[in-house]
Formats: sequence, structure tokens, C-alpha cells
Amino acid sequence: MTIKRWISAALLMLLLSACASQAPTAPAKEVRELTVMTHDSFAVSAELVARFEEENQAKVTFIKGGDAGAALNRLILTSLAGAPEADVFYGLDNTFLSRALDNALFEAYAAPALGRIPDAFKLDPGNRALPIDYGDVCINYDKAWFASKGLPLPQSLEDLTNPRYKGLLVVENPATSSPGLSFFLASVAAFGEAGWQEWWKALKENGVVVVSDWESAYYTNFSGSSGRGSQPLVVSYASSPAAELIYAETPLEEPPTGSIVADGTCWRQIEFAGILKGTPNRQLAEKFIDFLLSKAFQEDMPLQMFVYPVLPDAVLPADFARASAVPDRPASLDPQLIAAKRDEWVQAWTALMLK
Amino acid sequence: MSNMNGKRGGLWWKLLLWLLPAAFLLIFFYQPLTAILRLAFSMRAEGGGQSFLPGLAAKTFAFTLWQAVLSTLLTLVIGLPAAYLFSHYEFAGRKFLRLIALLPFILPTVVVAVSFNSLLGPRGWLNVGLMALFGLSEPPVRLLNSLPAILLAHVFYNSSIIIRIVGGAWSRLDQKLTQAAQMLGANPWQVFWEVTFPLLLPAAAGASLLVFLFDFTSFGVVLMLGGPAFATLEVEIYTQALYLFNLPLAGLLSLIQLAFTLLVAWAHNRVSLPRYGKAALSAEKANLRPPRTKKEKVFTFVTAAVLIALLLLPLLSLVTRSLVSLEAERGERGEAQTGFTLRYYRELFRDTTGSIFYVPPAVAVRNSVLYAAAAMLIANMLGLITSYALHFSGRLARWLEPVLILPLGASAVTLGLGFVIVFRRAPWDGVSFSILIPFAHALVALPLVVRTLLPALRGIPDSLRQAASTLGAGWARVFREVDLPLLLRPLLVCMVFAFTISLGEFGASSFLSTGRNPTIPVAIYRYISQPGALNYGQALAMSTILLVVCALGSLAIEKARLPGEELF
Repeated sequence: MTIKRWISAALLMLLLSACASQAPTAPAKEVRELTVMTHDSFAVSAELVARFEEENQAKVTFIKGGDAGAALNRLILTSLAGAPEADVFYGLDNTFLSRALDNALFEAYAAPALGRIPDAFKLDPGNRALPIDYGDVCINYDKAWFASKGLPLPQSLEDLTNPRYKGLLVVENPATSSPGLSFFLASVAAFGEAGWQEWWKALKENGVVVVSDWESAYYTNFSGSSGRGSQPLVVSYASSPAAELIYAETPLEEPPTGSIVADGTCWRQIEFAGILKGTPNRQLAEKFIDFLLSKAFQEDMPLQMFVYPVLPDAVLPADFARASAVPDRPASLDPQLIAAKRDEWVQAWTALMLK
Repeated sequence: MSNMNGKRGGLWWKLLLWLLPAAFLLIFFYQPLTAILRLAFSMRAEGGGQSFLPGLAAKTFAFTLWQAVLSTLLTLVIGLPAAYLFSHYEFAGRKFLRLIALLPFILPTVVVAVSFNSLLGPRGWLNVGLMALFGLSEPPVRLLNSLPAILLAHVFYNSSIIIRIVGGAWSRLDQKLTQAAQMLGANPWQVFWEVTFPLLLPAAAGASLLVFLFDFTSFGVVLMLGGPAFATLEVEIYTQALYLFNLPLAGLLSLIQLAFTLLVAWAHNRVSLPRYGKAALSAEKANLRPPRTKKEKVFTFVTAAVLIALLLLPLLSLVTRSLVSLEAERGERGEAQTGFTLRYYRELFRDTTGSIFYVPPAVAVRNSVLYAAAAMLIANMLGLITSYALHFSGRLARWLEPVLILPLGASAVTLGLGFVIVFRRAPWDGVSFSILIPFAHALVALPLVVRTLLPALRGIPDSLRQAASTLGAGWARVFREVDLPLLLRPLLVCMVFAFTISLGEFGASSFLSTGRNPTIPVAIYRYISQPGALNYGQALAMSTILLVVCALGSLAIEKARLPGEELF
């Protein structure tokens, strides 16, 4: 009994001392909280966030809301329910842009930095969705495989239906994967609304492999990754070879994989950020958008997320610039057309390819 | 205890017992579920041009049912002999194999996909071996992205449910009963059919129900191992809700899934309730012995071999791959070394990118273990109370039990979205999401706990309790000295399951994650969602750590049993 009493006394002392030491450090200024919803691939240097928090007496919470499409739908849903999940959304891409705008998710913000950003990235003239980064969804290839077979690389989407590439390509389902949707849209841009079904049918006959998500495609099916699958061609990002170089086990001269960046074979994903309508933290949210467009953040992005900065004067890290290619003419489609037809196309694609 | 069975005080006791489980389910299950369904269907009322697509719903339901029935039968074919093996025979490596059988249960699907790939994929060991052996130029086994892959993964995941629950019940069977039957001249088959089978049925039916529901609501396995040609209701709900934004259809599919779950749980009760055997339990030490006859030896060998091939090999290929670098086999890599490496593990401790999302392995382990311990306590406290409430509810239990199973049939996406809606609004908006996570895990574990405890509770002869109260023991003492010893083993089984469910859960709770306290599965996902050999290796290393944490956790829980007790 006495031992128990001693322990409880000691615990009480500990508790009191903890309270006492806490009291004087209570912040003089009020710390504001900012919640930022992002997609799953979001990453940023801890140091940069800490600096932002310090400069603005703020605490930033990041919620990873799933794949780009999933995160957006979560936000629309919670906004409809009257409880928006965040103050800022970062990671909306051009394939879903119009859904966000149609649902009036964002408040406009004419950030000062916008003036320095090329117009090609500003897909929303109303400045509700502000461009932050871009990247290209391209076909990656296994260098060693193609070298050993002496096979030339496919140089167009048409090439992929050539029998000599039979069974060599793995793609993601556009209904469940964001790169899958991007690659599909590139095919619509190339063959038009009337022609894409024909091409996919030929691709199916040529043994294209369809999987659900990027992880399976890249690590289970692609022969150029560490998973050593059986397809030497995979739909991934133009920057993936840079990641293979930077995250190699032993320092490499060049990456084991490459990107095919021929005209019209890639799809450019532009990613946007926006301030959610009705946020009680409007001023801080503006500050955060400015932070996303700051040179420091723009230069941090390439190695954190393997995307390109929209700010022209942001300097790319050497390894990144060396190993990742930028297509001269990526495919593109009118965002309004995507908005109107996306779901219908995806359903038609599913019926054609999977049933 | 006499209070509980008495006529007057009984009602209050029952109400009091029901209070906690009812509040828990109302807050964490019915509230989010109704909120999200109401929102989904109101979107249809507004007419967003979205349709219910009855053809798609019917087709998806049919496939879901078909694969779940097949998977459950296969799991029983593997699980029942294994349950017999573990509950009857002592053999070398028994404890190790029994522990191994539990581990698949916690693995995130993305990791299972990787380990199946490294074993059975086009360049997996099996294919590489066969190609070398027979001089083939193409991999002969094409298992991934097919129905067999789904079935295999379901057996891989769920056989431990059958092994632990049925095996536990089998080892608790009172040996005197079978011995008595033998002495009265029954042959072994008669003994099994007329004594063992009826006594085992509640546990076996309960375990099969759980396996069936896990298969019926399967998500990751179907998405990642079955590939895009297959969709269960759960997969279709995910696609419709989060990609196609057809919430009314997602809502409808969720309702179908719930209604069917209720139906199955109800039918299950009709089948198994009337046969609950009394006087079936024995708290005595399980009677393990080495296999003696030739038949017994062959049985032991074959069953153990099947378990090793099915459960141990995929895990082993995962662990091996996290320790072996294969880079030299790839043409353009420079002077890479093949062979044993600890590089992936070392890299885990290095924060190379300075990312805000970097988590040291020790912190991820701590977070996972804390969540799992909290979920385990919540699920088991509630489960024990709920089981008693059901036990004392008599005929009413027949209607209440299926309702308690429902959380297993709720779509993780639907429930997760419901959580996000409800717990961001007043009066809940002050509650930290980190606190909600163990409750969400407990929600998944609770049906399993009740399913396991209730048959055990029903097997305790009332005569024991009555004798104790006649001798002057109060209800607390009766609980401590009659019920608890008899419930201890099933409780430990439940604790292990609740702990592992929480360790591996990545569905509903991923909606509650705020990135503040990343768990091991979150860390695994972070590595495997980026290209690069090191990322891949680190994901496998982190998965191996998850396996070790799970193994140590369940060993620790089992060690906490009363001294001298042997778990079947």
C-alpha cells in the first residue's frame, strides 16, 4: 500500500511540474491553423514548412486525400455536406480541373506571382485554380531489354499496335488511376473522338496489359523497375528515370530506364492549387498559395515530387535535369471537352477493354 | 450473478450492459453511415444526370458472391485440417508455423501483391525455376490478374481465422465427451459426426461467416491481384464514389452490400443457434501429443507442407527480397553487387530528402503499436460487454446478433467518407482524428471479437455459476473465478486479432489520417509510390518490420496468459 501511495505521489508531482513548466511558454501570439488537402504523392521539405509556419505564426496540417481525383471528390463531398475538409487544396490536375470549377469549390485569388508564370499553364482565367507544377505522363522503357533485343523504340502511339511490340506494354486503368487517365486522354487527343476506340481495339489485339494502379504497373509488370516484371514498356512519368537515377542502390552513370517523349505520345499534367470557398482563414490561405509559388518551394518540388516548377526562373537540380526528358509537343485537349465527356469515355473504354 | 438471472433486477442489468455497445455503434457506425447515404441519395434527387445502372449492380453483386463463396470454401479446405493439426498434434516447428499463419492477416495488399509477384510473377522464383528446369522461353505460370490469384490471396489472408477460432474451440472440447462416446462403442467417424461436429459447429460457423464477409467485402486483393477485369461491390463503390463521382450508385451498392451482410448473418444465426452445445468447454490444458500412427504422421506432414507452401513461401520471398540486392542482373547498372544487403534497412533510418513526411522506422512502429494497443483494448472491452449483453438477451439475441455483424459489411470507402463528414461538424469537430483512428479499427475488430467470445460464453455451463453463487460468491467473484478462466483463451485469440487488424488496417482509417502520426502501412505506401530501386527495397524492408512487429505483438499477448496455461 505504501509503495502505491509513493508512486501516486510521484506521479502527481510529475504532473504538476509538467503543468508548471508548460505555463510560462504559452504563446504570446495566437497560432493560426491552416489545413491543406493534397493528393497522395505530395511531399515538401520539412524545413520550408517550418519556415512558413514561423513567418506566419501558423500551424499547417496536410491531409493526403488519396489519388488526385479521389482527393477532389472528397473535398466536393465534404463541402456539399457543409463541412469543407481544408482551407487550401493542392494537387488538382487539368483532367479534373473543370469538375472543381463547376462545383464552385474555390475562391478566386490573383496571386502576385501569377504575372511571372507562362500563360500556357493558366487554364483558369478566373484565377480560382492557380498552376503550381507540371509533369508529363509518358511511356517509360527498359533500356537493357531494348538493347538486348535490338528492337527500335516505338516513336508514336500508332507504333504500339505494330506486332513487333506485341505484349510489351502495360497501362493503368483510366477509371482508377490518374496516369492511366492521362495516357487515355493522350490517345483521344491523337485519334479524336471517333478514332480512339479503333486504336485501343488494335492495342488490345496486340496484347496490351491493363492493371489497376501505377504501383502494380510499375513494380509488378514493368521489367525496368526493381520488380522485374515482363513488360518493357510502361505508362509512367517523364521524370521516373530521374527517380531511378536518384534512388539507385549504387551511383549510376545513367538511369536504367528512359522516357519516350515523341510528339503526341505524352500527356501534360498541370497541377493547381486553390483556396476553398468559405474558408475562415482566407488571409493565411493566400499566404500559403504565395508560398507554393515562391522560388524556394518551386525549387524544392522536383526532388520531392518529381514534377517541374511552373516558375520559369526556378533552377532544376542537376541529376533531375539530366535524367528526365521534356516532350516538345505533349498532347492536350480542351478542359471543357474533358469535363463534358470524361465519364462517358471512361465507361466506353471499360466496356471495350475489360468486359 | 443471481441478479443477472433474476426476474426483477435483470432488466436493468441488461439495459446497462447494452448502453456502451449501443452508444459506440451509434456514434461510430450508424451516424457516419446514415450521413453519407443521405447525402448520396440527395444528390440523385437533385438530378445530376447520374444513374443507378441496375445491370452493373447485378453483375457486380453476382461476381462478388461467387468469388466469396469459392474463397470461403477453399479457406475451409485449407483451414480445417490445419485447425485440427494445431489443436491435436505436437510436432517440430508447430508454434512457429502457427505464428506464421497469422502474419498474412496484417499485410497491406500492396505488399502482398509484391510478395506474390516475387514468388509467382512472370519473373518470380517459381517461373524462373520452371523455365530453367525445362528450358522454356516463356514463363509457364501466369497467375497474376486472374480469378485464381484472387482466391489464392483470400486463402492466404484468411486461413488464420479458421485456424485460430476453430482450432481454439477444438482444443477446448471436453475430451471426456469423446472418450465417453468411444467407450460406448462409437467408431471414430461416429464420434466426430455426433459429438465433435455439433460441439464445434458454432465456432466453425462463426469463423466461416467472418471469412465469408471478409471475402465478400474484399477490396485491395481484387483491385491489385485480380486486376481491372474484376470488381467486387467494394471495388465498384470505390470507383464510383471516388473516380466517377456517381455517389448515388455508390450509395446503392453500399446498401446492397449491407443488406446482404445482414441476410447472411441472420441466416447464419438460424443455422447455428439451435445447436449450441452446453457443457462443451474444458479449461484444462489442451491435450497435445506427437502423431503416432503412420496415418497421423502423413496427415501432419502433408498439412504442414501445404501451410508452408501457401503461407510461409510468399512471406519468405518478401523477407528475402528485402535483404537481397538483385540489381546486377539489370544490364545498365554499373558495378552493383548481388547478394545479401542491409542497405534497405539502413536507408530507412536516413532522412535523405528532408521531406516533412519522412518518418523514422522507430516512430512508425511506435505509432502503429500505440494505435493497435488502444484498438485492442477498446474492441475487447466492448466485445466482452456486448457478448454478455447478447448472452443475457435470450431470444432477442437472434435479432441483435446480425446487427452487430453489420460493421463488417460496411464499405470502407462509404464509412470513411461518412467519418469525414460527421466528425468535421459540430458537436464532433473538436475531436482529434488521431483519437478516432483506434475507434475506427475497433469497429472492424468488434464483430470478430463478439463472434469468438459468444460461442465460448454460451458453452459455459450455468450449473458452474449457480454452484458458485450457492456457495456464496458474488457476481464479481463468479465472473472472476468461473467465467474468466473459461473465457481467457478465446479472449487472447480476440486480442491477437484486434491487434493485428489495427496494425494492417488501411481502409476506413486512411480517411482519418492527418499525416501527423504515420503508421507502418503509411510509411510502406510512401516508399512504394515512387520509382527507384531504393524506394522499392525500403518498402519491402518496412513490410518486413511490420511482420516482425506483428509477430512480437501477438507473441507478447499470448505470453500474458495465466502461468501454466497452454494455448491450444
